[in-house]
Amino acid sequence: MTTATKTKMQAVTGNQAVAEALRQIDPDVIAAYPITPSTEIMQRFSEFVSNGKVETELILVESEHSAMSACIGASAAGGRVATATSAQGLALMWEMLHIASGYRLPIMISLVNRALSAPLNIHGDHSDGMGARDTGWIQLYSENAQEAYDNSVMAYRIAEHVDVRLPIMVCMDGFIISHSIESMQFLEDEDVKKFVGEHKQIDPLLDFDNPKSIGALVLPDYYMEHKRAQHEATTKVKQVVLNVSAEFGKKFGRDYGLFETYRLEDAEVVLVALNSAAGTIKDEVDRYREKGVKAGLLKPRLFRPFPYDEVGDALKNAKAVCVMDRADSYGGHGPLFMEVASALYPHRQGPALFNKVYGLGGRDLMPHHVDQVLDETIEVAKTGAVKMIKEYITVRN
Amino acid sequence: MKQMNWKELPHAGTILDAGNADGYETGSWRSFKPRWIEENCIQCLFCWIYCPDTSVTVKDEKMTGFDYKHCKGCGVCAVECPGKKGNKAIVMEEEGK
Amino acid sequence: MSTTTKEKPVTLKTLTNKQDLLSGGHRMCAGCGAPTVVRQVLLAIDEPVVISNATGCLEVSTCLFPYTAWRVPWMHSAFENAAATASGIETMYRALRKKGKIKKNMKFIAFGGDGGTYDIGFQALSGAMERGHQLLYICYDNGAYMNTGIQRSSATPFGANTTTCPAGSKIPGKLQKRKDLTRIMAAHNVAYAAQASPHNWRDLMTKVKKALASDGPAYMGIVAPCNRGWRTQTDDSILLSRLAVETCYWPLYEVENGTWTINYDPKDKKKPITEWIKPQGRFKHLFAPGNEWMLEKFQQIVDEDWESLKKLQGTFGR
Repeated sequence: MTTATKTKMQAVTGNQAVAEALRQIDPDVIAAYPITPSTEIMQRFSEFVSNGKVETELILVESEHSAMSACIGASAAGGRVATATSAQGLALMWEMLHIASGYRLPIMISLVNRALSAPLNIHGDHSDGMGARDTGWIQLYSENAQEAYDNSVMAYRIAEHVDVRLPIMVCMDGFIISHSIESMQFLEDEDVKKFVGEHKQIDPLLDFDNPKSIGALVLPDYYMEHKRAQHEATTKVKQVVLNVSAEFGKKFGRDYGLFETYRLEDAEVVLVALNSAAGTIKDEVDRYREKGVKAGLLKPRLFRPFPYDEVGDALKNAKAVCVMDRADSYGGHGPLFMEVASALYPHRQGPALFNKVYGLGGRDLMPHHVDQVLDETIEVAKTGAVKMIKEYITVRN
Repeated sequence: MKQMNWKELPHAGTILDAGNADGYETGSWRSFKPRWIEENCIQCLFCWIYCPDTSVTVKDEKMTGFDYKHCKGCGVCAVECPGKKGNKAIVMEEEGK
Repeated sequence: MSTTTKEKPVTLKTLTNKQDLLSGGHRMCAGCGAPTVVRQVLLAIDEPVVISNATGCLEVSTCLFPYTAWRVPWMHSAFENAAATASGIETMYRALRKKGKIKKNMKFIAFGGDGGTYDIGFQALSGAMERGHQLLYICYDNGAYMNTGIQRSSATPFGANTTTCPAGSKIPGKLQKRKDLTRIMAAHNVAYAAQASPHNWRDLMTKVKKALASDGPAYMGIVAPCNRGWRTQTDDSILLSRLAVETCYWPLYEVENGTWTINYDPKDKKKPITEWIKPQGRFKHLFAPGNEWMLEKFQQIVDEDWESLKKLQGTFGR
């Protein structure tokens, strides 16, 4: 049941979709610094500012480190704040990402996922987002422009929830989504405004009559209590994501959860993948289903905090699961694999589990690559034997 | 101050009680203590403006002595004190003597 | 156009009626110059003021959980970004003020030590000044990374012995002269740039008032003796800040919208640099036999800088 008005379908890039969400949200302050492939978001937003389409005060900083520092100052001061970045930009922010979450500031980053250097590469993979895995930020991943837009509209409701008060990254694949034009549906400005609502900062710095000190030095006598309290906030995120998504679904007719399942109910061979690869995988799942293979997909949406129980439950009845990582942990398994393995640990008599690293630095994942993975997963499901836990695909051997 | 557990911490660790360091005593750091000799004092208030520890007490625009709860005994006040006719109005004396 | 405020000169007597906005009970070392600088800065201001503080001695010692010495809104986030954090705070102030959510007229000050300002915070400072935020950045300058244990910064004077440029048998301390940050800030064409010293509280406080009344960003470098790092007594911070000025190592001057003014010219009473460096243990080796050239060079550096400052005043003065 949808109660809000919907606009007609439009063909836009992922960056355009996110810029449009930011225009509709109209944050108080945005800090912007260019980096491919996220640059277009801030270019478009700057046009909104220059043409009076938003009230936002823009800070055109001299680095991403200063972008996040300015966001932290602005958010603590007492308003709604956003920025956008990719790869090296997020890496340069790394120090400040921890501080944003430690200070419980509900800042939003539109993260256009791109490979980290070296070697220098501007194309899409998830090494930036995965590198920020432990920064205390909420991470929502998006398959396409529509999801990136919808996640952006929902982001502040999650981040600013009184039980949560944590910063949030909305992620989408660089170029594959950020620069590709696809058909999607925007919401009406009024509906977005109403859905996102007003923000009231807890203990705003600019409340001069109640002066406070933000950012004390904390010694071993208190540090651990601070971190334990921060962890507690992350435990509340799951329920808030579910509630906000349910409200969004009810109002606007598009349903989201902690993750998306595609023909997973009775699936025996399952692939797990983030972001745009899920689109290609869904097509191949359909083809394999036609051939009589019980194939399925799990596409995580909320990667941090990771919904271990729910993912474990969703996968426990499969025979074989291949986790596909568009990022690597050198000397370790892929980061998504590690989470899924943790989620399946209580069900260790369950599916055989293995890991494929694919698509680094924007290398295409074609349908025939997915077929290779599905074929191997079918084989593993039959024999129960995994030859190599982690292997690279889409690479020349 | 009783140590808080993690549930009792203020949101984000923000300190809401501005200036509560006033309740923390640094007077025990002292090995020398300033003594005010009122008859030599010309009320120039240099001791007050130069004190790093906000430990020179003033009332009705006049210096009235020291806040020994916080004074760390650095002696800047004694050095800067012009005194009267070459006689200092602040002298440093060893603690406990 | 000058932005000089036409106010009655402040007196210490009247100032004592104001509440100190930095409380006692902070953990700065006994005799540290920095809290005196901060007290004077805060006493100079009549409007509500919000502080952004870089990581450093001042920050860790004035706000150690669960205590804070600050009676005004205060925020620290990291080492290199006091200017960027202040940019964010000031921008949010403008955003909320525009929307009528804040009524008060507020001022914004960022404090950083010389490490957090000359070195790691240089880029963020330059960016904030260029963007034209309505804020005053104050560097309390003790000429080294004192919080981490007296390491060389680009503000460290020539010849100084620090823990990362120790005076050894082969290398006699720091071989470079300090970066002249105040002039670099003036070169940003900021509304106001100045150097001050806590011994001259009236000059310091007048400059803070001018800086905050300026239309645009302002920068102040304030010398803040550190008895631990300078290897001196706990009682001589004001004395040494005075000597820094009287020897012209740390001239008092200001640049108001491009107009250079030297606020204190000792003329023929200019003291030799040895008077400032002699009491400081970090320069002890300069007086050792064989290092006479260092004393000469130090004096030469000070003289050249002073002469060039006078030329700037001559060319761009009133």
